[in-house]
Amino acid sequence: MPAKSAAPNGNAPILEVRDLKTYFFTEDGVVKAVDGVDFYVKHGEVLGLVGESGCGKSVTSLSILRLIDRPGEIVGGEVFFEGENLLDRPLDSMVDIRGDRISMIFQQPKSSLNPVFKVGSQIVEVFQIHDEKMDKAVAWEKAVALLKRVGIPDPESKAHAYPHQLSGGQAQRVMIAMAMALQPELLIADEPTTALDVTIQAQILDLIRELNHETNTAVILITHDLGVIAEMADRVAVMYAGQIVEEVSVEGLFKNGLHPYTQGLIKSIPVLGSVQEQLNTIPGSVPNLIDLPAGCRFASRCPARVEHGLSICEEHMPNLLEVAPGHEVRCWLYEDAAGHTAPLKPGKGKKKK
Amino acid sequence: MTATDTLAAPPQAVKSNSLLQLTLRRLFKQRNARAGAVILGFLILVAIFAPAIAPYDPTLSLLDIEPVTIRQAPCIHLLGCPEDQAQHLMGLDGNARDQFSRVVYGTRISLFIGFSTIGLAIVAGTLLGAIAGYAGGWVDNVIMRTMDVLLAFPSFLLAIAIITILGRGLQNALYAIAIVNTPHFARLVRASVLSIKEQEFVAATRALGASAPWILFRRILPNALPPLIVQGTLGIAGAILEAAALSFLGLGAQEPAAEWGTMLGRERGQVFTAPYLVFYPGFAIMFTVLAFNLLGDGLRDAMDPRLSQVSKAK
Amino acid sequence: MTQYILRRLLLSIPVLFGILIATFAIARLIPGDPCTAALGERATQAACDAYNLRMGLDEPIYVQLGIYMRDVLTGNLGDSIRFSRPVFTIIIEKLPVTLELGLAALTLAILVGVPAGILSAVRRNSKVDVATMVAANIGVSMPVYWLGLMLAYLFAVLLRDTPFWLPPSGRLTAGLSSIPFYRAWGLPISDGTFGFPIFEFLSNLYILNSIITLNFKVLFDTIKHLILPAVALSTIPMSIIARITRSSMLEVLGQDYIRTARAKGLRERLVVLRHGLRNALLPIITIVGLQVGTLFAGAVLTESIFSLSGVGRSLFDAITGRDYPVIQGFTVVIAVGYVIVNLAADISYAFADPRIKLD
Ligand SMILES: Nc1ncnc2c1ncn2[C@@H]1O[C@H](COP(=O)(O)OP(=O)(O)OP(=O)(O)O)[C@@H](O)[C@H]1O
Ligand SMILES: [Mg+2]
Repeated sequence: MPAKSAAPNGNAPILEVRDLKTYFFTEDGVVKAVDGVDFYVKHGEVLGLVGESGCGKSVTSLSILRLIDRPGEIVGGEVFFEGENLLDRPLDSMVDIRGDRISMIFQQPKSSLNPVFKVGSQIVEVFQIHDEKMDKAVAWEKAVALLKRVGIPDPESKAHAYPHQLSGGQAQRVMIAMAMALQPELLIADEPTTALDVTIQAQILDLIRELNHETNTAVILITHDLGVIAEMADRVAVMYAGQIVEEVSVEGLFKNGLHPYTQGLIKSIPVLGSVQEQLNTIPGSVPNLIDLPAGCRFASRCPARVEHGLSICEEHMPNLLEVAPGHEVRCWLYEDAAGHTAPLKPGKGKKKK
Repeated sequence: MTATDTLAAPPQAVKSNSLLQLTLRRLFKQRNARAGAVILGFLILVAIFAPAIAPYDPTLSLLDIEPVTIRQAPCIHLLGCPEDQAQHLMGLDGNARDQFSRVVYGTRISLFIGFSTIGLAIVAGTLLGAIAGYAGGWVDNVIMRTMDVLLAFPSFLLAIAIITILGRGLQNALYAIAIVNTPHFARLVRASVLSIKEQEFVAATRALGASAPWILFRRILPNALPPLIVQGTLGIAGAILEAAALSFLGLGAQEPAAEWGTMLGRERGQVFTAPYLVFYPGFAIMFTVLAFNLLGDGLRDAMDPRLSQVSKAK
Repeated sequence: MTQYILRRLLLSIPVLFGILIATFAIARLIPGDPCTAALGERATQAACDAYNLRMGLDEPIYVQLGIYMRDVLTGNLGDSIRFSRPVFTIIIEKLPVTLELGLAALTLAILVGVPAGILSAVRRNSKVDVATMVAANIGVSMPVYWLGLMLAYLFAVLLRDTPFWLPPSGRLTAGLSSIPFYRAWGLPISDGTFGFPIFEFLSNLYILNSIITLNFKVLFDTIKHLILPAVALSTIPMSIIARITRSSMLEVLGQDYIRTARAKGLRERLVVLRHGLRNALLPIITIVGLQVGTLFAGAVLTESIFSLSGVGRSLFDAITGRDYPVIQGFTVVIAVGYVIVNLAADISYAFADPRIKLD
């Protein structure tokens, strides 16, 4: 039961990103922050987007709303939203989408609010942008109601507060209130809890989940915390160095994560109750996004490549292939090519772990 | 934590070498800075080769030497001035001196003014700021409150007042400009000293038995250098502008010196009849000041984008 | 808020005292004997002694300083040596000229500088941006007296007999005069009436005076005379304001809350003008305050070029004529004005930025 717009046909995704490429043309060279990203989000679903810092999660989400600023530029791909390619729209008309049908909340709640305006007016602004006729007093009342809904104590007076008078958690609630004001069809939450402490984190996540259930808003939840993913997401896309390396349901991810990077991520989760000598982390670091290696971007850090003695990894880029229904992975372990036979087939991969 | 911080200090010093290269590279990537550097290079060449470029002695009246009149309009052969007349690219001034030669020689005075006043102000400001920052307490208070009062006057008026005390003339104008510029440098250096005093590596070096002045000059000054260079370059622009204005009012360089402001001031009454006598010296001032402003701006951006806030620091 | 303002006021008191001491010192350090300056070169020793006694000049220097401070604080700025008139009266007469000029220049500087800076920032690296910044760089390098002379030549000589002709000097065309509003209205006010200096001061602001007396002929003539000096004087502040606006705007446009405003669906124009400008204005306020110093300095030169008898030119004449009560009085007024304007800038900053209230 979607909140608005005609019910879409069957299971067609609300958002589908195809081969998205966003580059930054900097003095030092072209930073390929997003370099061929594919994923989709179904109606009412929570898609988790994970990957380590700098892999292009934020740039991907900003690209969807075409909020990329110079020196960045979306150089290719398609972003289908309810069947319409947003990249074909005139940039001017993106304002009809933003904040109304797709809205966004950010990593740094405090700096994402304008310091010189009252938080109430910043919410009111959302109503007035998309409905110019709305009366200021009506909008203000709605804003107060929203503040109440997102759990701000004493919303009447807090609406008159300036952002610096709020705590980080309260600021993020205000951001959520703003994002949910017009009951968007899609909410992009870019690491909404990274800047907050643990107890507040849980509350904010609960809030997002409630909103997801209540209004059937689809959510892209960006995080690098697999714990959050396990709790919140229906499906997961794993991102590495500007590309999606694996896309799978959340159960599939934890039971049967196929990509060596995914496996590394899962291993690096601290296990509650068991004292580990050392946290398992993936050795090495993300490659420089300016001079990307020719082959698989994870090759230099990949333990499986060494284990299986694969040479193709450093020469050719694997494709994102569907290896099982609803499970895609980008890895030579599972893909055949001329002169290369995949050492593991999905079936075998399942048994391996 | 402390250990790593201490360890981190020496590499920082090493870095400054590549920092210089980085700065220069970034500097010359900017069109403005390149333009500034080119103009400045040109002016320096003009100043050095003034005797070769200028066709006449800048202080020589040509009345008895050539068949000329005072304030004669420019005579340029290329523009159709008869070949049998002597060429005077910018005309003759009220004393029948060749204006072009005077403008050429003026480059020397203006560059000298710019470098000497700001050099003096940097030395004085650095000393005062370093002492204030390092000593702290009442010494700091006395020095910095004095600087505050100096800054409370519009600087040009203060310069005029100082010249009235010291007497007219180029030299006193130089002192006046140096004095009004000193507080900026003192503040800069003091701020830098304070921030570095905070950092642990000074404490660490001190523990190794280094003397205070050594710390001061080896550690603190290099750190204060980038903002000093930026402020200094922009300061030179301001100093040349102010010195010319003082001379224009008759307080700075005196006749017969070929100083642009003086030349302008002498002929200002003739602007409606002999505009060329006003135009060229003023243009020369603008051009020279522009060079330093462009370069200073470029330096600021090249050294640290965040430094663009320096000028508004109160 | 009140606390903040009070604290800022208290903080400026030592600076104001410093200014008093400094002006006193400047006047005393100026070479030459005040007695001969006042009574002429041929004054006898006896006459000088009497003069010194009358003026308190025989007292030890710190007593003189004390007397001076007392006088200034009670509004007594002494008498001009050259004109034998109270310095206060001279200020009432000259200050409006400078104020009118300065305000016109500052208004022009803000009205042109701020939009130019915004445009530059929004279209950074475009042709508009490059052109604006080249112009601004030339502007800050401008000798204002030269620009003034060249403008005068252009508009008064080259454009003579065209509709663009503008007068090169003075406040009013000869033959026109500005009738003080109190006289135009037939108010019973004359020299000696309580509060007369205030009326005199206001009526000397010709633009204000001619507007309230509906004398449009004088108003247009005044404006015509004001254009060239105001343009010349505004050049440097205008360029500085344009540059600061640009860099401040660029910084603000990179902030997270700008991204939020865009993500809300706000049109770019409003993102810039509502969310950007409001924040970018904060540093501009401070800079505008500081420009008042530049304006005073420029006033000395501009008034001298355009034959305006304002504070700047009078102060310059007083310095060259060693009229030290006038020097002292004017310097104090200018410096105090400067401090007050910057105080006002700080306080408006506090009003404009809600974050200040907490600290
Ligand atoms: N304005 C920019 N100019 C140049 N490079 C940029 C710019 N913005 C982002 N990048 C580059 O794009 C890459 C991806 O950045 P992005 O912010 O999307 O990472 P992220 O996955 O969101 O990381 P995090 O978890 O730290 O938020 C980074 O390598 C970053 O350096
Ligand atoms: Mg991010």
